[in-house]
Amino acid sequence: MSETIETIEELFAHVQVMEREAYDCYLDLAEQMEVHNNREVAELFNKLAQDEKNHLTYVKERVGDTKIPHIAPWDLKNFEESGLSLTGAREVHYMMTPYHALKLALRAEQKTVAFFAGVVASSKNQEVCGVAAEFEKEEQHHIELINEWLDKVPRPEEDWDEDPDPPVQPT
Amino acid sequence: MSVQPAAPALTARDYKSDVKPVWCPGCGDYSVLSSITKALTELALPPEDVAIISGIGCSSRIPAYLNTYGFHGVHGRATALATGLKLSRPELTVLITGGDGDGFSIGGNHFLHACRRNVDMTYIVMDNRVYGMTKGQPSPTTEPDWDSALAPGGTGLRPFNPLVIALASGANFIARGFAGDPNGSARLIVEAIKNPGFSFIEILSPCVTFRPDQREWKKKAHASPVDATEDIGKAARRLMTDDGYTTGILYIGDREPFALDGKSSAGQPAEIEHQFVV
Repeated sequence: MSETIETIEELFAHVQVMEREAYDCYLDLAEQMEVHNNREVAELFNKLAQDEKNHLTYVKERVGDTKIPHIAPWDLKNFEESGLSLTGAREVHYMMTPYHALKLALRAEQKTVAFFAGVVASSKNQEVCGVAAEFEKEEQHHIELINEWLDKVPRPEEDWDEDPDPPVQPT
Repeated sequence: MSVQPAAPALTARDYKSDVKPVWCPGCGDYSVLSSITKALTELALPPEDVAIISGIGCSSRIPAYLNTYGFHGVHGRATALATGLKLSRPELTVLITGGDGDGFSIGGNHFLHACRRNVDMTYIVMDNRVYGMTKGQPSPTTEPDWDSALAPGGTGLRPFNPLVIALASGANFIARGFAGDPNGSARLIVEAIKNPGFSFIEILSPCVTFRPDQREWKKKAHASPVDATEDIGKAARRLMTDDGYTTGILYIGDREPFALDGKSSAGQPAEIEHQFVV
């Protein structure tokens, strides 16, 4: 089987899995922050999850009646470096600030853009390239929005993760 | 690529309960929870046909976070509980989840015999080489030179090699995953559940609080360059010489799983109850 994406059905299948993964990941991260009483960042992750959900709805509308194959998450092509596996992301911290959360989201969006750019560069199917370019442009717009958002949030203090009363006491 | 004819009816989120995990943000166990729900989704298993059994420890909280049947059991006794359940309810898909301390120290003996009995279940150990819940004591898989306030200078003890022990004890499927690759781990869980007999998966699951050094695992974990072997001798050599970070399916055996199939003299619950009447 080809390692590139050569049919529109396969491209839509990939996009749906990616959007659902992103939605689930942001919801997971929001839950993590809620549990640790970091409400500000929880709200931000919930907002990002909502954005992904809206995008998933848009993708479903775009797919319309096209019959798309089911792809297991581990079978996504060219996705190793583009994966939005933020659940359990090691850079997550219970005292993280909106700035850190947005930086995380920015990296995820950049990886998604790289995925679509990869499809455009590798697929021989012109229709696939056209739709992938369209998605790439949308994701690029998300990057611009996140960058604008980043400009509005304060930079974290140097000692942002110092907790005088930590929930666990590392050795 | 495994393209199935239709998308699964349930999504991974449908397998999650309303209970929110209380692990430290960044903990690898979040990723393993996600891998389990993805695996159940891909197998299209109805939640009521699945039981998740655990012992005690951070990772043993998993049954509460899932929408399947579950039992948060006694420390180290998860495999024994699961064995009883699977033998009496063979139609259920039984998963066992826990950590390295629970599975290899407190439950070490049960681990050996669960492998030996080869009952059709899947045991997922989230190995972080530390007792996280009790605040950072070295576990059976901790490196001998891991220096901490609770073990100054390290334990100096040779770590337990769970994959080699599993192979020697009779496990029928042996794999290693990494929490940094949740989709890869989900695939391993799918294959483990599909394989008859006792399947053992060690998932390297970093403890960001007590073992921040494990952030380096992202650089160390690497996919096995060769396919799984069915040759037990070859598997033994590979596992004995492995660096401890090779991921993938490492051994698939062909032992017949143990099942009661009428071998039991145990009766119906009412009959058993009658035996206890004083």
